[in-house]
Amino acid sequence: MTDIIIKNLPILVVICPLMMSLIVVLIPYNFLSWVITLSTTFITFIFSLLLYQEVYLHTSISYALGNWAPPLGIEYVIDKVSIVPIIIISLISFITTIFSSKIMPAEINSSSISKVYSLWLLAIAGLIGLVTTGDAFNLFVFLEISSLASVALVAMGGQKDKQGLVAAYNYLVLGAVGATLYVIGVGLLYGITGTLNLADLSKRIAEINDNKALIAGFGFMIIGIMVKAAVFPLHIWLPRAYAYAPSAVSVLLAATATKASLYILARILFSVFDISDTLIINTLQYVILPLSILAMFAGTIMAIFEKDIKRLLAHSSIAQIGYITLAFAIGTKASVAAGFIHLFNHALIKGALFMAITSMSFYINKRITINNLSGLGREMPITFVCFVICSLSLAGIPLTAGFISKLYIIKASISADGIWIAMLILASSALSVVYLWKMIEALWFHEGPKNLLIKENSLVYIPLLIITFLNIYFGLDASLVVNSSFEASEQLLGARK
Amino acid sequence: MISSSLGVWNYWVVFLLMMIGLFLVIGRKNLLKKIVGLTIFQTSVFLLYITFGKIQGGTAPILNNINNTIYSNPLPHVLILTAIVVGVATTALGLSLVLRINSEYGSIEEDDISAQDLVDYHDLIETNKNVSVKFKK
Repeated sequence: MTDIIIKNLPILVVICPLMMSLIVVLIPYNFLSWVITLSTTFITFIFSLLLYQEVYLHTSISYALGNWAPPLGIEYVIDKVSIVPIIIISLISFITTIFSSKIMPAEINSSSISKVYSLWLLAIAGLIGLVTTGDAFNLFVFLEISSLASVALVAMGGQKDKQGLVAAYNYLVLGAVGATLYVIGVGLLYGITGTLNLADLSKRIAEINDNKALIAGFGFMIIGIMVKAAVFPLHIWLPRAYAYAPSAVSVLLAATATKASLYILARILFSVFDISDTLIINTLQYVILPLSILAMFAGTIMAIFEKDIKRLLAHSSIAQIGYITLAFAIGTKASVAAGFIHLFNHALIKGALFMAITSMSFYINKRITINNLSGLGREMPITFVCFVICSLSLAGIPLTAGFISKLYIIKASISADGIWIAMLILASSALSVVYLWKMIEALWFHEGPKNLLIKENSLVYIPLLIITFLNIYFGLDASLVVNSSFEASEQLLGARK
Repeated sequence: MISSSLGVWNYWVVFLLMMIGLFLVIGRKNLLKKIVGLTIFQTSVFLLYITFGKIQGGTAPILNNINNTIYSNPLPHVLILTAIVVGVATTALGLSLVLRINSEYGSIEEDDISAQDLVDYHDLIETNKNVSVKFKK
């Protein structure tokens, strides 16, 4: 029995939430649908931990879907690279599901809660599938599963605030354009190489040199994925989608959705194409590097001037995505590893910040703006402490997870002769303190409303405490994340050269 | 030169449809027309794939006993079946969102909607500001 499970783990992590989402939609009791969702995400998390163990035993697991041997059949590949986002997605989705139990009924009609949980599982299944699959077209299908499910989830925010609908619409249209661009790219590459398997594709691309269709295909694929990953300036769908989604959905999307796409970006840049190729070097140096630097500053500056807190956090996400793509763009083993470290840490940080803000808005039953934050910190000390710790983590103060990732990014950029890049990273971090301090100041030092009697709910703050604890833990002992990320970048870039 | 360009006229059609679709998505302010543009854009990609799969003089890929039969490549067709399903789902979701937007905003023109949003956003910030000023006093 355990043997069968171990053997089929790569498909189980995808199929488990996918199938359960079909069951959850039929369940008329809201509490039961939550319990099923929680247990599904928990089982998926356990599976992904088992998978982690397996990957480190075998370096790479290839699973032939339906026993059709790759490269003709669809292949699921789990290696030390893809396990990082799988762990992120399954961990965050589990914690967020606990968090959603109280928050979800406050914002969504009780008649549609089980449907929301169904979409929730579907989005998770899509994201995990996106990461596990080793087939370029299957990747597109999962990309669309996850993005259609998340669009529907964002649109659920329309029950409370009609702007959620417009946000969902923009997300849908831009996401669909992005996915279609990706498909054009896959089509062009298929036309040249005659294969859709990513590993096979990389072998055949290496044999071709100087083909215009190849360059065009690469461009289409990269742009399509960059839309999904919200790389500046293709990020415009992101702030609104995160800001007007239902609270629990914002947490889930902010922590996981762009991470999966960023992983795909790294995969295409480093694994499908060759890092030593001039095409990739030029793309990294003249496209992704400047865009990341712009993202770091544009995101931070937009966040400084933003009044609505959920939007503020979304803008800061854009800046953080900039750090990750910057680390990828430097293109050495150490910097790609640093990118993966930040991928993991940013999921923890942004998940926690969104959780803290949305639980505040749950307690006072209002949208949170900078003005009505006043004095809330004193009313809800647990949430406030978690918020402060995670803000410090975002700014990169020592002893928090954010410090570790900034440290490695800066170290990698200095060793790659990019002192000025390190300076820019430090400058952008310093700017991020401005908006973080703005919130903390309002929360603690401003006089707030007197007649608020808030009792913090344990189901709301326990997930927040868990994720904050992880933020501190990975700040004190980062060896697990750092080692996994270095192994990942070793496998991603090591196969070449 | 001319014959070689005309020889791939399928690609010209694809290119034209793609540009029309993308222009509608970017240039139109009407949400419904954007969805129409999106559908055209996606359809052009379907055509692109099917053009890849076609081999001149090739038949349907059905196994027969004659050797050396030329088949068209069936894989792009299968992929496009999947892509059509995805496209239908996208269109359906988009149209239902347009319906909901119309019932909430009373308009599906982007300018109207963003004007209303801007007013709401301004109200949100300003009303809360008054409250906090009161407390300071």
